[in-house]
Amino acid sequence: MPTDAIVVGAGVVGAACAEALAAAGLSVTVLESRFAAGGATAAAMGHLVVMDDSEAQFALTRLSRDLWTRRAGEMPPGCEDERTGTLWIAATEDELALVGNKAAFYRERGVDVAELDGGALAREEPNLRPGLAGALLVPDDRVVYPPNAARWLLSRAAARGARLVEGAEVSAIHGRRVATRTGDLEAACVVNATGAAAPLLTPGLPVAPRKGHLVITDRYPGFCRRQLVELGYLRSAHGASNESVAFNLQPRATGQMLLGSSREFAGFDASIRPAIRARMVLRALEYAPALAALSAIRTWTGFRPATPDNLPLIGAWPETPGLFVATGHEGLGITTALGTARLVADAVLGRTSPIDPAPYRPTRAFPGAAHA
Amino acid sequence: MRESVRLTVDGRAVLAEAGVTVAAALWNAGVLGLRRSVGGEARGVLCAMGICYECRVGIDGVPHRRACMELVADGMVIGTGAAAPDVPRPASRVPERVSVEADVAVIGAGPAGVAAACRAAESGARTLLLDDAAASGGQIHRRLPGQPPPEAARSWLERLERSGAQRIAGATVAEARREGEGFVLLADCGGAALAVTARRVILATGARELFLPFPGWTLPGVLGAGGAQALAKGGASLAGRIAVVAGSGPLLLAVAAHLAKAGAEVALVAEQAPLGALAIFGSALALAPGKLLEAARYRAAFSDTPFRTGAWIAEARGTDRVERVVVEDGSGRFEIPCDLAAVAHGLVPNTELARLLGCGTESGAVRVEAQQETTVPGVFAAGETCGVAGIDVAIAEGEIAGLAAAGRDASAAPPLLRARARGRSLARRMARAFRPRAELRRLARPDTVVCRCEDARLASIAACGAAREAKLAARAGMGPCQGRVCAPALEFLFGWDSDTVRPPARPVPLGHLAREETT
Repeated sequence: MPTDAIVVGAGVVGAACAEALAAAGLSVTVLESRFAAGGATAAAMGHLVVMDDSEAQFALTRLSRDLWTRRAGEMPPGCEDERTGTLWIAATEDELALVGNKAAFYRERGVDVAELDGGALAREEPNLRPGLAGALLVPDDRVVYPPNAARWLLSRAAARGARLVEGAEVSAIHGRRVATRTGDLEAACVVNATGAAAPLLTPGLPVAPRKGHLVITDRYPGFCRRQLVELGYLRSAHGASNESVAFNLQPRATGQMLLGSSREFAGFDASIRPAIRARMVLRALEYAPALAALSAIRTWTGFRPATPDNLPLIGAWPETPGLFVATGHEGLGITTALGTARLVADAVLGRTSPIDPAPYRPTRAFPGAAHA
Repeated sequence: MRESVRLTVDGRAVLAEAGVTVAAALWNAGVLGLRRSVGGEARGVLCAMGICYECRVGIDGVPHRRACMELVADGMVIGTGAAAPDVPRPASRVPERVSVEADVAVIGAGPAGVAAACRAAESGARTLLLDDAAASGGQIHRRLPGQPPPEAARSWLERLERSGAQRIAGATVAEARREGEGFVLLADCGGAALAVTARRVILATGARELFLPFPGWTLPGVLGAGGAQALAKGGASLAGRIAVVAGSGPLLLAVAAHLAKAGAEVALVAEQAPLGALAIFGSALALAPGKLLEAARYRAAFSDTPFRTGAWIAEARGTDRVERVVVEDGSGRFEIPCDLAAVAHGLVPNTELARLLGCGTESGAVRVEAQQETTVPGVFAAGETCGVAGIDVAIAEGEIAGLAAAGRDASAAPPLLRARARGRSLARRMARAFRPRAELRRLARPDTVVCRCEDARLASIAACGAAREAKLAARAGMGPCQGRVCAPALEFLFGWDSDTVRPPARPVPLGHLAREETT
């Protein structure tokens, strides 16, 4: 069957790309090596968050969060979409000064925020420890359940004629031709959306797996209401150290508490490391000691596709005509899936994008040596 | 008559017999619905042995306590359903962590674990025996703390006392992993974290009941077969209750006898296996006259009760608890009014800790070699975790594992090897005879709950292609029992292998995970 576009990878990014391309009238085939939304998407938290690390990161996360918000009403209940907001927590007065800067950054760019002092924070989230300096509330950030959000995007794509093939392991991408165990497929364009595995199919992509641990509890509805993130989170997310943890607690729609986050470069070894998990839990207990009594019921790991400059790789890969890439989203793949899909579809169709695509071009210059 | 304790249940004063389980006390007070499910249904005790997490209630301000594993205490405040607290009272600090070292750590104090601990300790190994329950003996000799052990268990438990093995009761092992030359176990022990470092590990984690979903199986009052027995052993009164015992396996007779002795009127025992299969099995039993006698004794205990083969419960009905069951026998259906349905289709080995350690499994049981070694050097397994084969095999395998883990050669003990071989061969015939029939696959309807923790229904699960997909997309196996109930059912219904075990293998206070000195 002839197809205009092949999307390799049915994680949230591949699913969103498939939907965007199908919506533009292309016939789309999605090839997934195992089953849809079973990789990093299944491991992810699903925090839809506007970030301020750089103008480019802000532009993509803001565009994407707005796209998710616009579609909130369409999502079935299994997507567990909730407008939880984010509380960026300042532990000390020094950190509280940074909250002011952060607030100004968001306000100048039209993002709704509120500054909370220690007392207001304690009233907002009584299970945080007393004595925290304050927080920045970003009320319009959201939370979704990533595997089902991705499945929903795939179902939207399917409604527009896209075809999903699960269990189709792609062994190579040769230009517009994709090799699988059951034969080759051809299309006018191919999108590599295989997350941390993308360099295996497109050698030279500067993407490395950055492993994270997550712990989820039994159901404790109301333990916290907002996604709680320590202000120093970016130090962990973007720091140079090989191993870091940060306090990041998410209230799931189920009433469960989902705890992150850890970061380490350890190849594709998915094993759980009790030591880094312990550091992560200890970090959380510094902010919310009451967590100690909640029952943990499961730990897992996942692989963020990390790039040297903390920005994703979105757009044409000129070395291979017809090939586009959509990977390198690090810990922001769920948030930025919709914006990424928009940029990919614009690149494929030669349309103008609502944000400047240049900062995400896969061929941009990277600081230092390439990662891979 | 034992003394009474005062409880507050959902704001109401309730008197309970001292020393019984919370589940039993609530049952005796007529409270069968203990928790409200994710979808808002009332749920009660199912397994009664700490596996299924269906009996969760709030106790003294702490949610999600297993009523079947907690004992009543004077002044205890219990909240059921919507009256249970959402969030526990804040803990003031990270709980203490106690560290223990041993040469041999034995997990599970049933017949296999007790025999293993005895043999290891008698061989000079520093031996530690950990068990979830308050009193040693395992499910077969389940009893309340302070009660004397049954005659059959006494000699082994006395031997255990003399052996020098250290016993830690009420320790739920949640994690197990290799660390350097040995192993590290993490357990919850009454709210404190217990870290065990051991050179060798013996897994004697036993088995749980196989529950296959049918419409109405989630109604309070529908319990496991062993579950009903365990509830009674926990102090529940069955006087005047009408019970139906159904499912499969020789345990049904023992359960019916026990329930009758506890005062229940057993209206029917329904064995799903056809008479022909049982006859073949019966001729095998002739080679094991002890078993035949045991069966005859059980049968005599409820001789007025009809016992039907080739019959099974197709549906349970009732509003907030079971009121009657629909029994099917291949040619028709009939209803029986009852207060209690005790239903299970045999046993499933508990392999979660073995799989966490990386031990190989085969047909759902831990794979072992001649000396009960698993595929992971230093880890041994004995008893039902290696395949359901009954107490004689469990004891023999426990002895072999205990000797081997202490560095002795068990092949120098031929009687043990013979007992093991005889029992395992009988168990294979038994598994064939009592294999669940195909009709049981067609009982659950699209809207029947299959994963009880998450209220995942058959239709949403059937849309998936594997256990892991059903977990992610339909939430089957995502709850606190971690698939212990639904995964074997999904294997039966769809032929799906269980998903990877993710630690902790049991719910454990998050604070316990914060103390890891190792790398």
